[in-house]
Parts: sequence; structure tokens; C-alpha cells
Amino acid sequence: MNSASVTRRGSRGAAGRTVLVVLALGYLGLFLLLPFGVVFAQALSRGLATYLQALTDPVALAAIRLTLTVAAVAVPLNLVFGVVAAWTVTKHDFPCKSALVALIDLPLAVSPVISGLIYVLLFGMQGWFGGWLAAHDVRVIFAVPGIVLATVFVTFPFVARELIPVMQAQGRDEEETALSLGASGWRAFLRVTLPNIRWGLLYGVLLCNARAMGEFGAVSVVSGHIRGVTNTMPLHVEILYNEYNATAAFAVASLLALLAIVTLAARAALESRAPELKRAAHATDDSR
Amino acid sequence: MQALPVPIVPFATRRPRRVLPGFGLALGYTILYLSLVVLIPLATIFLKTAELGWDRFVQVVSTPRVVAALELSFGAAAAAALVNSVAGLLVAWVLARCEFPLRRLVDALVDLPFALPTAVAGIALTALYAPNGPLGRILEPLGVKVAYAPLGIVVALMFIGLPFVVRTVQPVLEELDREVEQAAATLGASSMQIFARIVLPAVWPALLTGFTLAFARAIGEYGSVIFIAGNMPMRSEIAPLLIVTKLEQYEYAAATGIAVVMLLISFFLLLGINALQAWSQRRLSGVRA
Repeated sequence: MNSASVTRRGSRGAAGRTVLVVLALGYLGLFLLLPFGVVFAQALSRGLATYLQALTDPVALAAIRLTLTVAAVAVPLNLVFGVVAAWTVTKHDFPCKSALVALIDLPLAVSPVISGLIYVLLFGMQGWFGGWLAAHDVRVIFAVPGIVLATVFVTFPFVARELIPVMQAQGRDEEETALSLGASGWRAFLRVTLPNIRWGLLYGVLLCNARAMGEFGAVSVVSGHIRGVTNTMPLHVEILYNEYNATAAFAVASLLALLAIVTLAARAALESRAPELKRAAHATDDSR
Repeated sequence: MQALPVPIVPFATRRPRRVLPGFGLALGYTILYLSLVVLIPLATIFLKTAELGWDRFVQVVSTPRVVAALELSFGAAAAAALVNSVAGLLVAWVLARCEFPLRRLVDALVDLPFALPTAVAGIALTALYAPNGPLGRILEPLGVKVAYAPLGIVVALMFIGLPFVVRTVQPVLEELDREVEQAAATLGASSMQIFARIVLPAVWPALLTGFTLAFARAIGEYGSVIFIAGNMPMRSEIAPLLIVTKLEQYEYAAATGIAVVMLLISFFLLLGINALQAWSQRRLSGVRA
């Protein structure tokens, strides 16, 4: 092959590359970025005053408050579980470990609607504990506890699955050294393990929180859609939209879209700080 | 560690297997919480169905409306996952192999469907593709009806599923040895030949995984679909929506029955695709060996 044909091939390859880049960016622009941009365009389509009015509506504020409350309960619960589960799985050997890891990921394989349905079957009026709960005047379904339970279910694996690969990669040597130097187990955990996993922990909490605040299907099944009482932000978006109040629906939706941007930006920042997170995330994030 | 003197070794093997404390407590808590939140609630769905009895179960899940909803859910999910496999491979290849401005931003953008709440995606896509929306206005006169039609379901599922394919294929492409491709090029292989003979076989298992994940996610998807689907029974009503409808009508047996069928079909599909993947990985390593 003479040098002229090599350069010709090279420039043709470069042209082909450009075509592929343009194709890929065009696809992402059309199918990902455009829907995202539409949220803000629609939210602001009737001016800033209407936008702010939609957000400061008492029912909208109640929805925002409920979403924050639910996340404030669900995220810490799954945070504690995630740390304990990752500690169990990565720092100890025991039989059926991979089965346990697979079970932790189970909620990701279940349709959100089914995630809500199972709690209706347990705590609804016709459910197993429905009669007992009604007799003791405790409301779970169509009330806040049901929303929290459904949210805990769908966000269950998020912290654990980010921590497991990170802690797996770090091994056990540092904790064993701390113990041999006389530290108690608890102290070794607080002073050695926790500082080592802080970025991974933050990463998992970030993703867990985004899902907790944005969950729709599971929460929709158990909420009962009582305005101002059991409406989370995504459910409020649905109600407004179905009432043909699209501008207000998109205004509330824009807050959730902002949350998505913040989550992605924080995620990117964490990945550049701790590159092992990206690798760990790639290994597990999207594979069950 | 390799330089340890020999006498240490028997001592090391005598060492108790678990050095780090807290095993019993941590395992106990993990299993307890897992059981309370996930396992016991999920088990109720199967126990409730068992209460129905076989005949009633078959009767409930074989009505034309249920069958149509299940067919639509699995069909649309498969179609969207197929589109995502092609588009996802393209995006992953471009992100892994090409340099262009704002590449890192685009890379982060791919995860947008993971971070954006599904209801927000749903109303945004509907606004775009509705007959009076910016894209619907162009497509409708051409006879392409997206919103309030089965095609809209596929578009929503394409949005939801794309990152699954990109994120499984991209790391494999990044780690692929480029020298093999360069060697093939110097030996006179065309770009198409290099892609078909070298790149595709190497990313095939990852692509299959990405397809499976996008497919599995799409089967159960609810929030992004219900706004754009139109939700006409027998035509554009997905199975998760039918579960919700049955629940609202207090038909618990039907809701539970559909849920069990969905869980079982997706379980066996995933099992089958996993087996296929194991087979193709074995075959691939066999070729290499």
C-alpha cells in the first residue's frame, strides 16, 4: 500500500467518523435533549409571573413538602441498610453471598406499579393487615406511610449497589491493620472504612435521593391522590396535566428537571474526584 | 506479602476466618431489612394469586383486554430495546472513540433518563409529539401519528432505555485493544469488515446485556408511557396501566394476576437471554483460545 492510498483511507476514515459523531449527537439531541428543553420552554411559556405563581400555589407547596419529607425518611433508611449490607458482603465470607447480592437488586427488576401493588395487597382494605389496621385506625394505604414504604422499596438497592464494588476494590487490609493495632471494630469502621467510602456513599445517596423524589408509578398506586395531603411532586404534575393546566404542570416538573441536572452535575463532579466510582458504577450500575 | 517468612504460614492458616467483627449483627440486619421491605411484600403477590386457584387465575389473565395489554407491553419494550441497541452502540462508539467538543458534557447527558423523573419525561414527550406540538406538527401531516398511539409508547421507552445500552457497551469499547483494529486496517480490511469481524464480536455480549436491561426496564415502565400512550383499551393500554385500572375498580384478583404473569414472563425472558449471553461468551472465548 503506498502512502497516497494510506492518506486517502485516513481522510475517508476521518470523514466517516464525523458522520457518525453527527449522527450520534443528532440522535441524542432529538430524543434526549429536546424533551428536556421542552420542560423549561413550556414552564416559562406564559411568563415568569405565571411560573412563580404555579410554584407558590399552596397545593404545589404541600406537594413539595411531602416529597422532601418522604425522601428525608426513605433515603436515610436505605443509607443505613446500604452501608450495613455492603459491610456484610464485602468484609466477610459466607455461603450464598452472590444470592444475597442478587436479592438486594431485586426491586430494580420489578415494575414500579407492582412495587406499589404489593403494599396495597398487604395493607389495603382487602389486604392481609387491612382489617387490623382499620380496627386500630391506622392508615397506611392512601396515606403518607404507604408512600414512604413504596419509595423505600423502589430506592432500596441504590446505596448498597454503589458501595459494594467500591468496598470490594478496597479490600479488608486496612481494617485488619486497625484491629491488630488495637482499635475496636466500631472504631475501625468509623475511622478507616467510613472515610474510605465517603465519596461512594455520597454517590449512592445522590442517586437514591433522585429516584426517591422522582418516583411516580409505585407512589401513584398507594397514594390515593388526595390533593394537598398525599400528593408528591410527580403526582401533582400528573393532576395538573390531566386538568389541562399544562403550564403549571411543567412549572412543577421543571423543579424535578432541575433536580436531575443537579444530580448529574454532582455525579460528574464526584466521578472526576474519585475515578474509581465511574468504573465501579459501570460494573454494577446498570447490570443486575 | 509474598516475602513472608515460611514459619508465619501455619500461624496464618490458624487465624480465625473472620477477622473483622460485627458479622452476625450486620448479616442479621441485612436479612431482616431485606425480608421486611422486599421479600415478604413480594411474596404476598404470589400467595394472593395462589388463593385464586388455577382456573380463576387463567380466566382472569386470558381475557382479550389483558392479553392485548401484555402483548403491547412486551412488543413495544422489545421494539424500543432493539432501536436502543443500534442507537446505543452508535453513541457508545462515538463517546469511546471520537474526540469532539463538549464530549464530557454529552457523556454526562446520556444519563439524563436515569435522573429525570418518569412523569416529567412523559409529559415532555407528549408535549413534543402531540398533534399541536413542535414535532407532532411536522409528523402528523406526513401520516406519522406518535402521541396517543402505540408508536408513542415506543418513543417513550426509547428515551428510558438508551443509557442502559450505552453504559454497558461503552466501557467494553474503551478497553478494546485498538491495535487489533489497526492491524486489520494495515492488512487491508475495510471499516465495515473491521466493525463486523472485530468490534461487533467483542461487544456482542455487552450489547446483549444492554438490550436485556433496556428491555426489562421497558416492560414495567409506567410514568413516561401513560401520558403519551392515549391508553385506549385493546389498542394502546400497557399492562402496568391495566393493573392500576383494575386496582381502582377493586378487582384485586385481576390486578394481582396480571402482575404475576408480567413477573413470570420477564423472569423467564431474562433467564433465556442470560443463557444466550453465557453461550455467546463461551463461544467467543472458544474462538479466541
